Amino acid sequence: MNAEDNCMAETYIVRSAAIAARKLGGEMMIMSAVDSTFFTLNEVATVIWQAADGRTPLSEIIERRVCAEFDVEPEVARQDAEQFVTELSQHRILLVSDSPIPEPKLGTAEAQ
Amino acid sequence: MSLLVEMNDKAMAMGIPLSVHLDVTYRCNERCVHCYLDHDDQGEMTTAEIKSVLDQLAEAGVFFLVLSGGEVFMRQDFLEIVEHARRLQFNVKVKTNGVMIHEAETKRLRQLGVEQVQLSVYSHRPEIHDAITKLPGSLKRTINSIRFLKSQGLKVTMSNVMMTVNRRDQAGTHALAKQLGVSYTLDPTVTPKLDGDTSILNLRVEEDNLDELFANPDLVGDVEEFCKPPAPVDEDMMEGYSCSAGHTACYINPYGEVFPCVQFPLPTGNLRRQKFADIWYRSPQMNEVRSIKVKDLTVCSSCSHAGTCTRCPGLAYMEGSMRGPSSSDCEKSFHRTGIPSANMLRKAGMAAGGPLVQIMPMMA
Repeated sequence: MNAEDNCMAETYIVRSAAIAARKLGGEMMIMSAVDSTFFTLNEVATVIWQAADGRTPLSEIIERRVCAEFDVEPEVARQDAEQFVTELSQHRILLVSDSPIPEPKLGTAEAQ
Repeated sequence: MSLLVEMNDKAMAMGIPLSVHLDVTYRCNERCVHCYLDHDDQGEMTTAEIKSVLDQLAEAGVFFLVLSGGEVFMRQDFLEIVEHARRLQFNVKVKTNGVMIHEAETKRLRQLGVEQVQLSVYSHRPEIHDAITKLPGSLKRTINSIRFLKSQGLKVTMSNVMMTVNRRDQAGTHALAKQLGVSYTLDPTVTPKLDGDTSILNLRVEEDNLDELFANPDLVGDVEEFCKPPAPVDEDMMEGYSCSAGHTACYINPYGEVFPCVQFPLPTGNLRRQKFADIWYRSPQMNEVRSIKVKDLTVCSSCSHAGTCTRCPGLAYMEGSMRGPSSSDCEKSFHRTGIPSANMLRKAGMAAGGPLVQIMPMMA
């Protein structure tokens, strides 16, 4: 996504159901049930992860959660968040859409 | 350092139980000759009780959850338990004999995002496997189950216990795993029954078989590296702990009793009367287990294997002291490296009937 696209469309993110996850000392551990890739998220990424409900636009998560809770410039936060979202979506840990998306239900085909 | 090791170290430092092994039942449809369990139902936890335990484990920070038995599918609510566990986002591994797994169960395990399924196979030959499980036709059914699970894309591990009765079939069983396209693990450990009965220990393989096992690159990887003499013991090793039992891991039986490990039958509390966090953080027994450093071990602290031994504190406990040696691990260290353990030397000294006191005259 580039800056021009960002002006035109919102990005919505939602956590996959095909994962194992637990918070350990402020950082999230995540393992993909699809390919067993293991991730750890720092505190900022953990905040984005926890806010990824499929209804809140990414820009709002950055503004209201990341910039409000951490000492970070909005542009830097946006770039970091987009990189984070791209990386996790490649492993299907996060699902991304340009419109709101329902949270995947565990035990259904769409969750896998 | 891998991320998983890093997380484990962090959990250790924070006292978080990263891994829990939960036996949901001791009932079983097989009667394996080496099994250490009493298969009668002594009042196992209800579905609601198990769900409450899982809620507490998630709250405590548990990430890796092993669901085992007995045979887990003897519980009609097993898939409901798995579903609850997965809703709580545990990384779930299921141990089963697979005899009751058919296409429907397989699909559900896949849909629920179970990380791995481990099935016990003791031989590639039905006459040996079925004689060990005492269930005619069990090998065929377990293999069918492995095929179902593989076809759904689940990660499958075939686990074998090397005993006197199947030691000749190790290579054939490993070849079967390769043919089925699944991982294979082999363990030569046979443990006493949980009630203390040691009669099944006569199934342990002879020492020559351990030499053979440790020289097999298919099983141990780089044999030279695996069998190299232990590194000199340093201060860091002496300040360390011998295993994760009670530190980042524990075991819960079907009756809600909590132990440091499945192989460590020291009761530390019961979830029917106490909260998990109370047991984990405040049980005197759990705190005693986690207080023991390598330097506190009565014999092992003076052993050259102290830093590399797979010493199991649970087996040591069953031998008489959680601070003492575990003889079967002494044997493994010896057969791996050719260097006798301090415990073996101590026993040999006793057997030789040497003098109780040795005196070295002062030099003139």
